[in-house]
Amino acid sequence: MLSIKNISKTFHPGTVNEKTALRQVSLEMKSGDFATIVGSNGAGKSTLFNAITGAFYVDEGQIFLGGEDITFQKEHLRSKNIGHLFQDPLLGTAPHMTIEENMALAYMRVSGRHSPFGRISKKDKELFREKLALLDMGLEDRMKSPVGLLSGGQRQALTLLMATVVTPKILLLDEHTAALDPATAEKVMKLTKDIVAERKITCLMVTHNMHQALETGNRTLMMNDGQIILDIAGRERENMTVETLLDQFRRQAGEQLDNDRILLSR
Amino acid sequence: MSTIFTLSILQSALELGCIYALIAIALYISFTLLNIADLSTDGCFTLGCAVGAMVTMAGHPILAFFMAMGAGVCSGFITAFLQTKMGVQSILAGIIVNTGLYTINLAVMGFSSNVNLFNCDTLFSMAKQVSENEVYRSWYELGIAAAIVLLVSLILGWFLNTSLGLSIRATGDNAHMVKASSINPGRMITVGLCISGSLTALSGAILGQYQKSCDINFGTGQVTIALASLIIGNTLIRRGGMLKRILGVVLGSCLYRFIVAVALRLNLPAEAVKLVSAVIVAVAISFPCLREKAGFAKKRMEMRRKVAGEIRTGE
Repeated sequence: MLSIKNISKTFHPGTVNEKTALRQVSLEMKSGDFATIVGSNGAGKSTLFNAITGAFYVDEGQIFLGGEDITFQKEHLRSKNIGHLFQDPLLGTAPHMTIEENMALAYMRVSGRHSPFGRISKKDKELFREKLALLDMGLEDRMKSPVGLLSGGQRQALTLLMATVVTPKILLLDEHTAALDPATAEKVMKLTKDIVAERKITCLMVTHNMHQALETGNRTLMMNDGQIILDIAGRERENMTVETLLDQFRRQAGEQLDNDRILLSR
Repeated sequence: MSTIFTLSILQSALELGCIYALIAIALYISFTLLNIADLSTDGCFTLGCAVGAMVTMAGHPILAFFMAMGAGVCSGFITAFLQTKMGVQSILAGIIVNTGLYTINLAVMGFSSNVNLFNCDTLFSMAKQVSENEVYRSWYELGIAAAIVLLVSLILGWFLNTSLGLSIRATGDNAHMVKASSINPGRMITVGLCISGSLTALSGAILGQYQKSCDINFGTGQVTIALASLIIGNTLIRRGGMLKRILGVVLGSCLYRFIVAVALRLNLPAEAVKLVSAVIVAVAISFPCLREKAGFAKKRMEMRRKVAGEIRTGE
C-alpha cells in the first residue's frame, strides 16, 4: 500500500543548522499492516510522517501510495488518502465550528459526492450521528456545539473519527495519545485499534511506550538518526520483550541510550 | 432628548448603516472567518464607488453594481494572489493593493478626484419615480438599502454552510487541519477575499448612487469604521448560526451610524466627526476586554470582602 524508496531529507543545507533528518529510508507497508515506530526524539519519526503527507518534498527517493507516485504531489491533494493525527489534540479540528460542521468537512470533500455548493444533508447528519455514537462519549447529542468546548480526549477521538470517516489508504498516528490522561489515552487507543482492525486500515503509529510498541499492530520499527534500524514482525516480534528491544536499540544504534522518556516507559 | 433622537436621524442612520454594513460583512469574511487583516478595504471601496459612478454616468445604473462587484473581485484576487502565491505578508499585501488602487481609482474617474451623478439615473432616482405617495417617498431609500443588505446576508448565510463555505471558515479557524483534510488553503483565501472585495465594492457603488457623487477620498478610514461595526455586531450577537451573525454585523453597523449621528447632535462641529469616529471605534473594540476585566475586578473585590469578613469573625 505504502512504498517508500530511499528517501532522504536535509533541512537548512549549507548552514550551521544543517540537519539530515532522513537518510536513505526505505519502507514497504502491505495493505492492512499496522506498524508501530519507536525511537528517541529527533530520530526522524515525525519527519518521516511529514514526508509522507507532503509537508515538504524529499531531496531524493520516491514515495508511492496505493501504487501511485506521490513524491511531488501537493500536500492538500495527497491528504485525500492520508489520515494524520498529531500529539496536540487541538491541531486536528476547527474550534469555532460545530462538531457536525467538522465532520462534514472531513466527509464531504473526501467522499467526492458533494459539489462545492452542497450542504449537509439529513442523510449525512444521520451518518455522523451513527459514527459519533460509536465513540460512546455522548458527542452525538452535541452535534451543534463548537468543537472548542470539548475536552482534549474528546477532540482527539473526534479527529480520529474524521480521519477515518472515509477509509484512508494510510493512517499516520504521531503519538496521538501522549497528551491525554491515562484513562482517556487508553480509551482513544482502544478506539484506534477497533477502527483500524474493523476496516483493515494500513497504519503507522509513533509511540514512546515500549509495551504498546510491541503489543499493538503486527510490526515494530525502530528509528535512529534518520534511519530505520530495526524492522521486526511475526515470530521474531512475538519473542521480543521490552528489555531485549531496548538492548537491540543500544546495539543497533551503537551508542548508549540516553533518552529518559524511553527508559521511563519501561 | 427629543431634539437628539429625531426620526430623520434614525432613518439616515439606518440608511447609511445598511449601505456600510456591506463592508462590515466583507470584513466579517476576511477578518473574522479567514483571520486576515485585509487593509485594501479603503481602496476597494473607492474602486467600487468609482466604477459604479462611471457606469451609472454611461446610463446603466443597475449594471453599475455588478461592474463594481467585478472590480472588487479583481482587487480581492490581487490581494490574495500576493499573499498565497508571492509570499507577501497579508497586511502588506493589503497595503500594497490599497496604495496601487489610489492611482487606479483616479484613472477610472478620468483623472479627476471628484465625479457627480446629478443628471444621471440612479437606482434611487428610478425608484423615487415609482410612486408619489408621501410615506413611500420618505422611506424608499432605506427600503432599497435594507433589501440589498438582506439579500446579500441571505445568500452569504446560505453560502457559508455549503461545502465550499465550510472550507473557507475552516481555513481561518485551523490552517493545520485544513491542509490535512485535502482543502487547498490558498484557494480558499482567494475565494474568500474575492467575495469580501466584491461586497466592499458593492457598498461603494451603492453609496455613490445614494450620495450622487464619487470622491477619491470616500474610502479613507472605512476599514476602521467597518471594523468597529463588526466588533459591535460580534459583541451583541455572540453565538448562533451564520445568518444570525451576519445580521448581527448589520445591526452593529446601524448602531455605529446612530451613535455617530447622536454624538454630532450634541453641538459638536462637523470637523469633529473623525475624532468621534475614532473614539467610538476605540471604545467598541476595547469593550469586550473591559467587560472581562470588570468582571474579574468584581470577583476579586468579593473575595477580599469575604476574606476580610472571615478574619473579623475569627477574631
